[in-house]
Amino acid sequence: MSLAPLDAATLYGLMGAILVGLGLYGVVLLGGFLRRLLAFNLLGGGVFILFGVIARRGAGAGFSGDPVPQALVITGIVVAFCATALAITLIERLAEDDGDDASGGGS
Amino acid sequence: MSADVIATSPGGGLLVAAIVVPVIGILLLWLVRPRAVEGVALAALLANLGVALAVLRTVTSSDAPVVYLIGGWQPPLGLALRSDGIAAVFMAMAATVLVPVAIYARGAFGEPGERRPMVFWTMLLAITAALNLIFCGQDVFNLYVALELLTFAAVPLVSLDGSRETLKAALRYLVFALAGSVLYLLGVAIIYGAYGTLDLMGLAAIRGPDGALLLAIGLMTAGLAAKTALFPLHLWLPPAHAGAPPAASAVLSALVVKGSFFIALRLWFDLLPPERAVAGSTLLGIFGAAAVIIGSAMALRQARLKLLVAYSTVAQLGYLFLVFPLGLGSGAAPFESTAWTAGALQLMAHAFAKAAMFMAAGLVYEAIGHDRIAEFRGLGRIAPLTVLTMTLACISLMGLPPSGGFSAKWLMLTAALGEGAWWWVLVIAAGGLLAAGYVFRVLVPAFTPPEEPIGRVKPVVVAREAAALALAVIAILIGFLPLAPWPLLAIGRIAAGAP
Repeated sequence: MSLAPLDAATLYGLMGAILVGLGLYGVVLLGGFLRRLLAFNLLGGGVFILFGVIARRGAGAGFSGDPVPQALVITGIVVAFCATALAITLIERLAEDDGDDASGGGS
Repeated sequence: MSADVIATSPGGGLLVAAIVVPVIGILLLWLVRPRAVEGVALAALLANLGVALAVLRTVTSSDAPVVYLIGGWQPPLGLALRSDGIAAVFMAMAATVLVPVAIYARGAFGEPGERRPMVFWTMLLAITAALNLIFCGQDVFNLYVALELLTFAAVPLVSLDGSRETLKAALRYLVFALAGSVLYLLGVAIIYGAYGTLDLMGLAAIRGPDGALLLAIGLMTAGLAAKTALFPLHLWLPPAHAGAPPAASAVLSALVVKGSFFIALRLWFDLLPPERAVAGSTLLGIFGAAAVIIGSAMALRQARLKLLVAYSTVAQLGYLFLVFPLGLGSGAAPFESTAWTAGALQLMAHAFAKAAMFMAAGLVYEAIGHDRIAEFRGLGRIAPLTVLTMTLACISLMGLPPSGGFSAKWLMLTAALGEGAWWWVLVIAAGGLLAAGYVFRVLVPAFTPPEEPIGRVKPVVVAREAAALALAVIAILIGFLPLAPWPLLAIGRIAAGAP
């Protein structure tokens, strides 16, 4: 089997699918909030690539890509960024608490 | 079939107001003096209630959905807001729950101007805006944004007191919710890739029984189920809802989980071709049935009232998912079916009863300084109004007549028997019995006279008790609505208009 029929869109689509699979595995099965957060970002990255692929496949009317999925993916990225920031803040607070407990000693 | 041209209907501006009013409220919160914050928030929620009731009136009087095209652009290029019968009913329901919660929460978070009250009131209004957007959003990506807004507003409420347990509960909630929203977004990508539009009405017109739509809806439903805490994705809910302050728990349990459920309802009933929905809806029903049984059984085993109430939420949410097999399995016209009305009633009755229950749990804590069920003896003496609230809310949760919970479960039983689906009847009956079990575990000691006189830890605040009681009374009053499918809930449903 040659790689000839594998155009860019298909290649990126497959990559996106792999990222989604890896991310989903991580979110469900990994322990620890930080790892699961990273897995969530992997999962999100895969979905964003799929949006890019859909934009490419919808190219027409002189454009090299359909602009709508691109607009969607920007919103998606912003939302994922905010989510990550919120989660990091919570993880940091939790880690600070752990530090307090360790230094407080006893109880 | 060509996509119909839709236009802004009279009163369409109300839908914009429903979203903008709480947001203006948020902006004002940060501008006014700290002492005025609670007043501003309450005023915004009252205005929101006014808007929601106006939408409901417009929908009932015109017998048609209220539509607003943002910027005058037609979908699929623009976004439409559209409130049909069920959206208007739920919007009014949410607005009605929020006002007593706000009255209850006044002064509950320390001095005005501190961080916690500011966070609480901001997030409460953000939840209001997000819910309104979810109820009248018409574009699946727009709904995604609303869903994320709802999550980001709900998570900080869980960890409001900043303790280690609540931070963990909030993080766990966030991880489930984020995984859920990414799955939803993946479904959105697939839908856009296959159909080139994200407008629900446009999609309903061109949908076909193809794999892309099924895959997309499957992924989106899995994501939404994680956000709605459908068994077996419910693990985040009990610690999160039990750990939050009572006013926040009330909103989280009564309203926030319903937002994602409502989107799932939209997808399954508006978008999925009915002939392809049967197998999937049975699966959802099985998960719902498991939630009813396991959630109730877990509630029976809890030693603390707030955890018991939180597990009861898991069980009561399970009932909601029985709507899918019952509503879609009956054949034609799911929106005029008994199950459709039963689901709407269950959602509303649970919202009122559960908000009242969490607020009562908070009042119990104030009265006796703890919420260990085993030490509830004499509670009826020192906090009679609170125990009355709990009793009324529990009547609805158990499904005793007359109450909203009874009407909902009775209609569900009727629907199940009408379809000859006796196994759902068993689940509903067993769930009711188990609910009676966990309810009496709380009420029996509360009504038992104390061995020795006991005093209150904190003085009673009548306004707060009255707010909780008002919600419980509404849960009972819903039971006096006619026991038949409401035509109101079928107004403007998309598939109902399609041939």
